[in-house]
Amino acid sequence: MKTTAGAGWLAKPVVKSRSLQTIWRYRYLYLLGLPGIVYFIFFKYVPMYGILIAFQDYTPIKGVLESDWVGLEHFRRLFDDPDFSIIFRNTLIISLLHVLVQFPAPILLALLLNEVRWQAYKRSIQTMIYFPHFLSWVIVVSITYLMTSSEYGLINKAIEALGGERISFLLENKYFYGIVTVQGIWKDIGWGTIIYLAAIAGVNPSLYEAARLDGAGHFAQIRHVTIPSIMPTIIILFILGLGSAMEVNFEQLWLMQNPLVMKVAEVFDTYVYKTGIRSGEYSYSTAAGLFKSVIGVVLVVAANRIANKKGHEGIW
Amino acid sequence: MGMIRADRLYQLSVAFVLLLVGLAMIVPFFYILAVSFTDSSVYEPNKLILWPAEWSADAYKYILFGNGFNTALRSSLFVTLAGTPLALAISATFAYMVSKSYLPGRTAMLRLLVLTILFSPGLIPNYLVVRNLGLLESWWSLILPVVTNAWTVLVLKSFFQGIPQELEESAKIDGCNDMGIFMRIILPLSKAPLAAFTLFFAVAFWNTYFNAIIYINDSVKWPLQVYLQQIVLAANASRFIDSQALTQLQLGSTPPEETMKMAAVIAVMAPIVLVYPFLQKHFAQGVLIGSVKE
Repeated sequence: MKTTAGAGWLAKPVVKSRSLQTIWRYRYLYLLGLPGIVYFIFFKYVPMYGILIAFQDYTPIKGVLESDWVGLEHFRRLFDDPDFSIIFRNTLIISLLHVLVQFPAPILLALLLNEVRWQAYKRSIQTMIYFPHFLSWVIVVSITYLMTSSEYGLINKAIEALGGERISFLLENKYFYGIVTVQGIWKDIGWGTIIYLAAIAGVNPSLYEAARLDGAGHFAQIRHVTIPSIMPTIIILFILGLGSAMEVNFEQLWLMQNPLVMKVAEVFDTYVYKTGIRSGEYSYSTAAGLFKSVIGVVLVVAANRIANKKGHEGIW
Repeated sequence: MGMIRADRLYQLSVAFVLLLVGLAMIVPFFYILAVSFTDSSVYEPNKLILWPAEWSADAYKYILFGNGFNTALRSSLFVTLAGTPLALAISATFAYMVSKSYLPGRTAMLRLLVLTILFSPGLIPNYLVVRNLGLLESWWSLILPVVTNAWTVLVLKSFFQGIPQELEESAKIDGCNDMGIFMRIILPLSKAPLAAFTLFFAVAFWNTYFNAIIYINDSVKWPLQVYLQQIVLAANASRFIDSQALTQLQLGSTPPEETMKMAAVIAVMAPIVLVYPFLQKHFAQGVLIGSVKE
């Protein structure tokens, strides 16, 4: 870079000027990335600084810099809250159901799809099962309501037509987790198969041939060739899944909640929304949200370490 | 011979199970369509309707010409039409920058990017940022906080890195700067992933619900998903349907509430159905590039 009179200060320290020169050389690249940089600073990193209010008595007027520090008081209040154990349990149950039931479902479906030899048939099935992924939770919950509610539900009308009694599926605790799990599977089982189908497509065909020569049937081939071959994919997705285990779906649960099922339906996210946005207890609800996020990070780190120890590749 | 028969039986049972799964995804929509088109003269609240005995589009007229729907439609269209191009532009330019391994500061930026996947500061800190930026009660609050994300950036970055370096070098010799290269070489070669992300972002903006209930209190600015929730789940459909529409449409009587709820569901998901063939063409690619491990 040429030093003109006006930009003379740039040239003073030699090292600095060299690094500035490199930056100047790539100015158009930085300029291209600038909107993205601004986005990540404002919407991802400024909020991280905002976490500090979990340790303060934050008031909007005083702001983060001037609000009084209270240490771990909000966490103490959270753990002492009689609702805490209920919320913790509900979050845990829903995420466990996610890991144990929703996670394996697309693997099974992908294995099944892979067995179909008639490609046109396979494609039409795929067209049907991918579709619900693109619907909003409002639509999915609306459909659930129109299928299962005691006044409009198709299922209840069918039960009555067959001479039975209507069942309040949406208003009773015992049906809640079942419905939430079925909803999750219905929406995303097809979508989940894509990645496994790609992994299966990458399996070396000679492995199947060798297995067939050894007399392996359909199930033996799936067990001894397909599943071991896609294991790395399964493990990586499992770790990612564990990392978001505490991230139950806010929209789904919020829309499925009603006063009668709160004992089983209240989770961290909906609790944070109510105490934070609706009641304005910013510091306390930030503490509750932070507690949840930290557990999430611990889970993903632990899962990754276990995978690495067992000789599998983790996500880092 | 027996083996061939056993094999055929196996194929048939696999096909049958898959058919059941596929039908489970589709059948609810046939039922909802059937009820939504049923005329009020043959509608009975407790009767199981599987096919309209008498067809009528009154429920749709009522929903589509009502004030509530059109106000919400305006919000959804703005958020989708303004948000999608902006999201593509910000994601692609940022991804191009971090795709250059020689760029000073690039490694640090990538690390900070991945950190945003692993750790989320939570709802309230995000809310306070949106509030401090003065975006509450504005449609921009539904766009800017989700205008890009680490996953999209990483997928586009690995795609850009797959483009042969020689193409860029020859353009550089011709006197193109990085911006020119991005516009004239990179973008035209990235049509497939950009098409995929156009659709992903458009669907995501159309489906906006969570941010709308957090950032917007004014029901006039609510998008369609909130409108649908109010109509179907909050049971105050009347708030969103005006009697003026009724007299203008000369429908005679209000269509049954159930048929209106079903019509509203169909109306709000119709755009997704329309773009679904395009989605299907492009999404597999989007997901699969995304699965490439860094």
